[in-house]
Amino acid sequence: MNILVCVSRVPDTATKVKVADDGKSIATQNVKFILNPYDEFAVEEGLRLREQHGGSVTVLTVGGQESTDILRTALAMGADKAALIQLVNPDSYQVAVNIAQYARNHSFDLILFGRQSIDFDSFQVPPMVAQLLDLPCLTIVSQWSVTNGTVKAERDIEGGKEEFETALPLVASVQKGINEPRYPKLPDIIKAKSKPIETIEPVAVEPQLEILSMEIPQTERRHVILGDSDEDLEKLIQLLREEAKVI
Amino acid sequence: MKIAAFLPKLGDKLHKTAYEAITAAHQVQALIGGDVVGLAIDVDQQQLERTAHYGLTRLIVAEHPLLANTYSPSAFAKVLHQLASSQGIDILILPNITYGKELGPRVAVTFEAGYIADVIGIESQNGELIFRKPVYAGKAIIAAQLKTAKKVFTIRPNIFTAKAAETAASLNIETFTPELSEADFREKRLSITRSTGKLDVAEADIVVSGGRGLKAPENFKLIEELAEVLGAAVGASRAVVDAGWRPHSEQVGQTGKTISPNLYIAVGISGAVQHLAGMSSSKVIVAINKDKDAPIFQVADYGIVGDALDVLPRLTAKLKEVLHKS
Ligand SMILES: Cc1cc2nc3c(=O)[nH]c(=O)nc-3n(C[C@H](O)[C@H](O)[C@H](O)COP(=O)(O)OP(=O)(O)OC[C@H]3O[C@@H](n4cnc5c(N)ncnc54)[C@H](O)[C@@H]3O)c2cc1C
Ligand SMILES: Cc1cc2nc3c(=O)[nH]c(=O)nc-3n(C[C@H](O)[C@H](O)[C@H](O)COP(=O)(O)OP(=O)(O)OC[C@H]3O[C@@H](n4cnc5c(N)ncnc54)[C@H](O)[C@@H]3O)c2cc1C
Repeated sequence: MNILVCVSRVPDTATKVKVADDGKSIATQNVKFILNPYDEFAVEEGLRLREQHGGSVTVLTVGGQESTDILRTALAMGADKAALIQLVNPDSYQVAVNIAQYARNHSFDLILFGRQSIDFDSFQVPPMVAQLLDLPCLTIVSQWSVTNGTVKAERDIEGGKEEFETALPLVASVQKGINEPRYPKLPDIIKAKSKPIETIEPVAVEPQLEILSMEIPQTERRHVILGDSDEDLEKLIQLLREEAKVI
Repeated sequence: MKIAAFLPKLGDKLHKTAYEAITAAHQVQALIGGDVVGLAIDVDQQQLERTAHYGLTRLIVAEHPLLANTYSPSAFAKVLHQLASSQGIDILILPNITYGKELGPRVAVTFEAGYIADVIGIESQNGELIFRKPVYAGKAIIAAQLKTAKKVFTIRPNIFTAKAAETAASLNIETFTPELSEADFREKRLSITRSTGKLDVAEADIVVSGGRGLKAPENFKLIEELAEVLGAAVGASRAVVDAGWRPHSEQVGQTGKTISPNLYIAVGISGAVQHLAGMSSSKVIVAINKDKDAPIFQVADYGIVGDALDVLPRLTAKLKEVLHKS
C-alpha cells in the first residue's frame, strides 16, 4: 500500500499569540513550531497500515525551508520518504492544489490528513484535495478498518455517530482516538537528520484568500468573583437570570 | 448578487444552524444587495416551511430516490453543486458543522469559488465582503477577503442566531431533480446513531464542564445533576478524558470541540490555553474553582471560589427551587 501523509507546521498549542509588525500575521520570534498534533495521528496510521500491508509512507508538506523540521519528525517516527513543496505562507487553496499535483505525479492508494491544522482550523484541505483528484473522501475518522481495499470507518457528528463504507484509493482525515502516536526514539531522531528530503517547485497558483488584518480578540468579561456561601450562590443565580439573562 | 444558504438536515429535522445560515444570508444581502434563496437536500415540506419564520421567501429542495435518508459526501457535494449552478449562485453559505465543513470546500472547487471557513462576522467595503474568522484556536481573529468572483463560506454555529418571527414570510418552495446515479455515492453510509437523551456539547445552549478538580469519576454525577436542572450538556477537560473518566466526545478545547454556548460553566477546570481555545467565545462564562488564582477566572463573567464537591449540590438544589417556581 502506497500512502501519502500530508503534514503542516504549526505554532505549539501553548503559544501566546502576538500580531507581527505587518498587522496581518503572527509574530514568529520565540514561537516554537511543531508537527500539527492531528497530523501525528495521520503519520502513525500510515505507519501502522504499512506494517500490516507492506508498501511505503511518504510525508509531504507545503511550506518554507523551515518546514523540513516537521518532515524530520515524521521520518524519525518511521516514514520512508519526505518531500517539501517550497512555498512560503501559502493559503489553504494553494496547499490543496499543490498536494493534488504531487499526488497526480505519483500513485497513492491512500492520502492521509489530520482533521484540521491548528493554525487556521479550516478543515478544508482534505475535502479540496479529494475533489481536485476526484476521489472519495472521509473526514474526521476516529476509528476504521482497512482490508483488501475496503474501508469501514466511524466518525462523530453533531449529536451522534456515522459509519461509512468506501474503497481505496481514498482521501481521509483522522482524529484523536484512531491510535496512540509513537514517540520517535533517539537513534531514529539522529538517523532522520541525514535522510534525504526531496524539494519540489510549487505549481503556479494564485491564493484565494487575502488577509487584511489580524487582531487579538478583546472580550469584555464582567469578572464578578464571589465566595461559596449560600448567599453568594443565590447572588450568582440572580445575576445569571437578571443581568446575563441566560437561564 | 445571488446569495444561497445551504440548510443541512440531521436526523429528520433541519439542523438549528440551517436557520443561522439564513440569517447570515440576509446579512450579506443587507450589505451588498441581491436575492436570497435556501438550498436543501431531501428535507420534508413541514420542516422547510419553518424557514418562512426566519424570513426566507424562496427555497429549492433537491429530491431523488437515491437521496432518501442518507448522506454521502461525494454525492451531496455533486447535488449541491447542481443546485447552486441551476440558480446561478454567486455566494454560498453553509454552517460550519461536519457536513458543511466537508461539502463547502468540495463545492468551492467545482464551483471555482474562493472558500473561507468558520466565519464569525461579515462586513463590506466598496461592495466587497470582508470576513472575520478566528485563527490559532481563537487566540487571534483575521479580517480577510476572497479574491474570487464566486465565494463559498461557512459560519460558526451559534453566532448568526435569530429568533423565529411570529408571522411567516410568504415562502415559495420548488423541487429540483438532480442528475445522480448509484456510482456517485462513493462513500456509503452504513448507519447513523443519534445519541439519545444526551445533549451534545456542540449543540447545547448551556454546557456544564468538569475537570480534574472533581477528584473522581463518580463525582461527575454532581455535574450531570446540575446539567439536568439547566437542560445543559456535560463537557469535560482533556485531563479527565485522558484519565478515562469521560468520553472524548465530551472534550472541550483545542483537541476537542470548539463551542460558543450562551452559558458555559467550568467546574474544577484550571483554564489551560488549550481548554480556553474551545470555549472562550462562549457568551457568558461561569467558573467554580477552589483556587482564586486559577487562570479560568480571568475569562469568567462570574466566579465562585469554593470546593466543587460542596458547592455543586447546594447550587443545584437552589436552581431547582428557583427554576421550578417560575
Ligand atoms: C506563520 C504562518 C503564516 C501563514 N501565512 C498565511 C498567509 O499569509 N495566508 C494564508 O492564507 N494562510 C497563511 N497561513 C496559514 C497556512 O499556511 C495554511 O492556511 C494552513 O497550513 C492550512 O490551514 P487550514 O486550516 O486550511 O488546514 P486544514 O484544512 O484545517 O488542514 C487539514 C489537514 O491538511 C493538511 N495540511 C494543512 N496544511 C498543510 C500544508 N501546508 N502542507 C501539507 N499538508 C497540510 C494536514 O494534514 C492538516 O491536518 C500561515 C500559517 C502560519 C503558521
Ligand atoms: C497538544 C495539546 C492539546 C490539548 N488539548 C486540550 C483540550 O482540547 N482540552 C483541554 O481541556 N485540555 C487540553 N490540553 C491539556 C491542557 O493543557 C490541560 O492539561 C488540561 O486542560 C487540564 O485539565 P483540568 O483543568 O481539568 O486539570 P488541572 O489543570 O489539573 O486543573 C484542575 C483545577 O481544579 C481545581 N480544583 C482542584 N480541586 C478542586 C475542588 N475540590 N473544587 C474546585 N476546584 C478544584 C484546581 O484549582 C485546578 O484549577 C491539551 C494539551 C496539549 C499539550
